[in-house]
Amino acid sequence: MAEKKEMSPELKETLRAGFNKEWRKELRKSIPAKERMKISSQKMPEREPEERNKDFNEVNIGLDAKLAKKEAQRCLDCANPGCVMGCPVGIDIPTFIKLIEIGDYVQSVRKIRETNSLPAICGRVCPQEVQCEETCNIKKAKGEGVKIGNLERFVSDYESLKGDVYIPQIQPATGKKVAVIGAGPAGLTVAGEMARNGHKVTIFEALHISGGVLVYGIPEFRLPKSILKSEVEYLEKLGVELRENFVVGLTATLEDLKNDGYDAFFIGTGAGLPNFMRIPGENLVGIYSANEYLTRVNLMKAYEFPDYDTPVFLGKRVAVIGGGNVAMDSVRTAKRLGAELAAIVYRRSRVEMPARVEEVHHGEEEGIEFHFLTTPIRYIADEKGRVKAMECLRMKLGEPDSSGRRRPVPIEGSEFIMEVDMVVVAIGQSPNPLIPQTTPQLNVGKWGNVEVDWDTMATSIEGVYAGGDIIRGGATVILAMGDARIAAAEMHKYLSEKKKKRKVPSAESKNKG
Amino acid sequence: MAKILQRERLVPNIHLIEVHAPEIAQKSKPGQFVIIMPDEKGERIPLTIADWDKEKGSVTSVFMVVGTSTHKLSLVEAESEVPVFVGPLGKPSEIKKYGTVLLAGGCFGIAAIYPIARALKEKGNKIITLLDVKANYLLYWEERLRAVSDQFFVSSRDSYYNCKDYIPKTLQNIIKKGSKINRVISIGCTYLMYTCSEATKPYGIETSVSLNPIMVDGTGMCGACRVTVDGRTKFACVDGPDFNGHLVDWEELFSRRKSYFDDEIQSLCHWEKNNFPR
Repeated sequence: MAEKKEMSPELKETLRAGFNKEWRKELRKSIPAKERMKISSQKMPEREPEERNKDFNEVNIGLDAKLAKKEAQRCLDCANPGCVMGCPVGIDIPTFIKLIEIGDYVQSVRKIRETNSLPAICGRVCPQEVQCEETCNIKKAKGEGVKIGNLERFVSDYESLKGDVYIPQIQPATGKKVAVIGAGPAGLTVAGEMARNGHKVTIFEALHISGGVLVYGIPEFRLPKSILKSEVEYLEKLGVELRENFVVGLTATLEDLKNDGYDAFFIGTGAGLPNFMRIPGENLVGIYSANEYLTRVNLMKAYEFPDYDTPVFLGKRVAVIGGGNVAMDSVRTAKRLGAELAAIVYRRSRVEMPARVEEVHHGEEEGIEFHFLTTPIRYIADEKGRVKAMECLRMKLGEPDSSGRRRPVPIEGSEFIMEVDMVVVAIGQSPNPLIPQTTPQLNVGKWGNVEVDWDTMATSIEGVYAGGDIIRGGATVILAMGDARIAAAEMHKYLSEKKKKRKVPSAESKNKG
Repeated sequence: MAKILQRERLVPNIHLIEVHAPEIAQKSKPGQFVIIMPDEKGERIPLTIADWDKEKGSVTSVFMVVGTSTHKLSLVEAESEVPVFVGPLGKPSEIKKYGTVLLAGGCFGIAAIYPIARALKEKGNKIITLLDVKANYLLYWEERLRAVSDQFFVSSRDSYYNCKDYIPKTLQNIIKKGSKINRVISIGCTYLMYTCSEATKPYGIETSVSLNPIMVDGTGMCGACRVTVDGRTKFACVDGPDFNGHLVDWEELFSRRKSYFDDEIQSLCHWEKNNFPR
């Protein structure tokens, strides 16, 4: 799954310069590669499964300095670092790891922040095992790559613990206004980059708390909200303005914002439209989309009901349909809310699960059941219209499909009934339709995704860029951030070339309303 | 944060709230709604927009006190602030020349039909307004609605006004009397909208209803508000809230609206115990 991109000449040059520094040469000599290869991978300390599956506190405790140093020593500081090839945002990974090895955590995290404005988040939620850690050169030799994600998390936590968050130099004000639509991972990244380049940035967010999927989707036990909060505060320190409770498309259209003097736009409105299977009984009471279930719990804090007003079902026998990260988040949430049975029901087998390996592993430890090669075909109601069971079908794996994974094929006559009192449908999301519907000139693909030039993230409207799930459907936080970095660079180029041409709003648009 | 300009009890259990929201006021159209949260711990409650003032920059809604969050909302005072007031959400009602339009409203729906009636009237339609109240002291906005109506009826169980039957029967009586009605729009509690839809079905008069399922985000993201219309699942927040009442799966809507019945009682008891100790 690692998107191996050709490295840019600049990145190659940066890596080479770092590699050739004297202190790096010394450090490489201090422990021979052979010795480094002998050090085994340092395990991330975690809370006990039986303790953590009853609350919403974070599962992973984080490396301490000793473990971090040991893990950093495993890195061979390769001349051709495979890890960087696997990173969608092109972090100078060897340099940040070697800075950990010499104990300079502050410089280490600053090195990451040069290309990634949300390190504490990426260190927790990136699927490193299919990205940087997959392409790590010692993975080939030892089977287990350097735990880059854990190290990234270590230094960013160190930074926030010290309260010494580095504010990079902000370029002189350009007088250009940038509107970022959606405060998710893509939008926050674009906002950070553009603010550093001296543009006046406003983020428009429909919900009442910024963060997008990081706040409504990913649970507290995987990404504490306090971390997101400090990342958002960091953006505010860069001069970014946040306008929550503002639905672009309805509160104001993109065209309205253009008339208000915004010079460039980034659409990062995400995959806010849950998919359903369209099988009988899917609208019964007790059947949630993963988005609704997680939003009730994470954003609306239903796990603190009745102190908070928003309720959520406390299912005793819960089936979560799907095999991705969202499904894992849902099923582990259900377990924490007291489910006796909290089961993943997935139509393929374990190896095809798109979820991060760590989440599946954690889920297993916490008592999550896995029903592979199984799919629901209809839901059955009790006399009150609530779901009480689902009829399932067994599957077997056939020929590979377009995704390269083997296609699940139903086994005839294998129907069986599974008793459940709550179901969460986590089979993916589609791009949110609000912006496409209200922006007529915007080209949209057949899945409702905003179409872009993948080299520049430019949409069909001049000065309007897009990235993340609104162009991809349901993908990952880091891919959204990768898109965002490209978009920000192109947007900056666009605004710089645009000279000082001031746009005068037309009389007609001024008189609107 | 949005500032409350006015909060007033119109009749027992029904309140008006006017909020400073200049951007929303600019964009509001008849039939759309807002989402409001009374405080940081409240639910996100969808309320139909009852009126707006572009110059003053305000939006007005009328709501009925039901659960904890609406109780809280009924206690907010002018000049205070609410953390969430977002909109205008949903698709606007279709405003065009139909001929004669009958608008049937009850409880909060009396206010909700007002901007629709006003816009339809401006388009040159003949407006018949039919309101339903349990008793005469529960009627509000009578003058406002009379001003945009060609004919005005109130069904009131205490026989105070022209008729005492429940609204669908009055509606059928009006139809039977020979008034040519081209469209019916019904807004109020689910039962009222359901029965009005049933009442017009035999006469084949297209009936639009403004559905009120449970919502969370109100922007299409969560799917809590899914309703079945003509056999297909729709999201009331982005595909509606207006739908053809003859095609709605009412049984499903009734059932889904009652999803949290027990929780709502528990929540209310908890809140009352903490805020009004004996």
